Amino acid sequence: MTWIAIRMLTGDRQKFFGLLFGVAFSALLISQQLTIFINLIERGATAVYNIPTANIWVMDPVSRTPDVALPMPPTALDKVRSVNGVEWASPLLRSGATVRTPEGDLEGVTVVGVDDATLIGLPKKFIQGSREALYEPDAVIIDSVGAAKLFPEGFDPIGVRLELNDRRAVIRGIVDVDPSFTSQVILYTRYSNALAFVPGTRNRMSFVLASASDGLTAKQVTTRITEATGLKARTREEFARDGVDFIIENTGIPVNFGITVALGFIVGVAIVGLTFSLFIRDNIKQFGALKAIGVTNNKIRMMVAAQALLVGLVGYGIGILLAAIFIASGAANSPDFKGFYTPWEIPVLTAFVVMTMILITGWLALRSVLKTEPAEVFR
Amino acid sequence: MSEKRTAITINGIVKEFSAGSQMIRVLHGIDAEIRSGELTYLVGESGSGKTTMISIIAGILYPTDGSVSVFGQDIYSLSDNDLVRFRLSNIGFIFQQYNLIPTLTAAENASVPLVAAGMKRDEAVERGRAMLDKLNIADQADKLPRQLSGGQQQRVAIARALVHEPRLVVCDEPTAALDAKSGRRVMDLLREVALAPERTVIIVTHDNRIFDLADRILVMEDGRITHDGKEMPDH
Ligand SMILES: Nc1ncnc2c1ncn2[C@@H]1O[C@H](COP(=O)(O)OP(=O)(O)O)[C@@H](O)[C@H]1O
Ligand SMILES: [Mg+2]
Repeated sequence: MTWIAIRMLTGDRQKFFGLLFGVAFSALLISQQLTIFINLIERGATAVYNIPTANIWVMDPVSRTPDVALPMPPTALDKVRSVNGVEWASPLLRSGATVRTPEGDLEGVTVVGVDDATLIGLPKKFIQGSREALYEPDAVIIDSVGAAKLFPEGFDPIGVRLELNDRRAVIRGIVDVDPSFTSQVILYTRYSNALAFVPGTRNRMSFVLASASDGLTAKQVTTRITEATGLKARTREEFARDGVDFIIENTGIPVNFGITVALGFIVGVAIVGLTFSLFIRDNIKQFGALKAIGVTNNKIRMMVAAQALLVGLVGYGIGILLAAIFIASGAANSPDFKGFYTPWEIPVLTAFVVMTMILITGWLALRSVLKTEPAEVFR
Repeated sequence: MSEKRTAITINGIVKEFSAGSQMIRVLHGIDAEIRSGELTYLVGESGSGKTTMISIIAGILYPTDGSVSVFGQDIYSLSDNDLVRFRLSNIGFIFQQYNLIPTLTAAENASVPLVAAGMKRDEAVERGRAMLDKLNIADQADKLPRQLSGGQQQRVAIARALVHEPRLVVCDEPTAALDAKSGRRVMDLLREVALAPERTVIIVTHDNRIFDLADRILVMEDGRITHDGKEMPDH
């Protein structure tokens, strides 16, 4: 009877495509929005993951994320270095500033000052220029997304002079990094340069980056650092998570995406539910005839289940495929989606949502079929 | 006339429907016997209870009281599922509105009872096609119902009712949706193809143009059988 059930449905092109559209639309909207949501909040962690060598971040006890940090006095560096179990430690400065481009445009940037000697904190992947360029006078290195934001397409920014907080800065290289949540332009420079670019008091060191000695876990060393110095120390994973949590707790993003996902579900249920019940209503006489002829309620259930399953599977496949294409082409072509990927949990979660949708609508449709008395076909 | 054995025994059938708080009695204790090898007509004015009666005989409507025995089986003592299975293997249905599945071809529609009984698709459709051939519409076998005329659709429905060779065939107003000529043709065919010594055919109709095809006519009035004979009663 399954082939009959399938043919009943697929032969009715309008409703079949309507059902597929409803499911595909929901699956697309839900998985695409969830993917953007996850990737967006994960950008709260990119500043941490962009420095793979440091597995420990030390900061003032009130600091919360790479961008929400209270600077520490320079003595903090030596204090951390003297803790038993710290392999090495280097300073990192992160501070907001404004630049003026040669065209006169004003743009907010993040200045990142990395250790003069080791350049720890400077991303590894250069698109143009090299690490050594940072030793030239007034040198800054810009991130690729920032360069695309600051300059017209096809423009070569190497050698361009910027006015950075009223001081001269010259772009000497471009690095490839995943954008941060705020997508601010990032200018990397040597720590000593950064002190000059960013005016302020004696306390300007945002973080001390460190690494655990062999045989110790990062977690063990963070505990030792806190005990010895009174500073807050986080492992890389913890601090990455802090950045993500900060976005979740302090922005309307989860609520907004949550609403969109809920709407995707509700609209899907509405379209699929209405179309399915319309299909059942159009075929109710035929279902009644089948019941009279001698098709048991169990077989009727199987028929409706086969129809719902077909719609669910095909619609889900189309929706997920479209979402994957959308994300992949976005990641390849737009700086807004740079580094976006689809975590495996999202298709799985979407599958559950689609299944729920199919169960609800299939059950509603089935109820009216089962309620139909076979004697009604003689009326 | 030894082949004309009693096939169906109807005993004290009462049927009531609830209309709001009231119960309306539609059948008032009907007794009858129906034989195989005959075309039996159930005729009467609209509202006299014909459809209710044939539904009860065919095992798709529980009576309020009384019993129906079909080929020796007291059908309403069967469990729900057994009754469905009994219908599937013993009864063929022909409906006024054909009730063909619009997205299946004629041959596929004709094969439905075989498929429901678990037969493989190809074999079932082949048998459906063979049945359509007997009803002289083999050339329409691959068309969809909407590509067929009313008379052709009803012949597909007859093929579906006969394809699994049921011993009882019931039809409710099979010609009501057809013009006189195609109605007559369909009934001639039905009589020719469906009638067999071991088969019982019951037709509900008030179409007096086809009364002459009956072997026996039962007339119903207000939920009672008031006439039983080869011809219609004279007025
Ligand atoms: N499901 C039902 N509920 C209430 N009344 C019904 C129902 N089915 C039939 N009736 C009533 O029973 C009577 C006989 O109906 P029916 O058997 O359809 O007659 P016929 O087929 O001879 O026209 C009518 O008065 C009809 O209104
Ligand atoms: Mg009737």
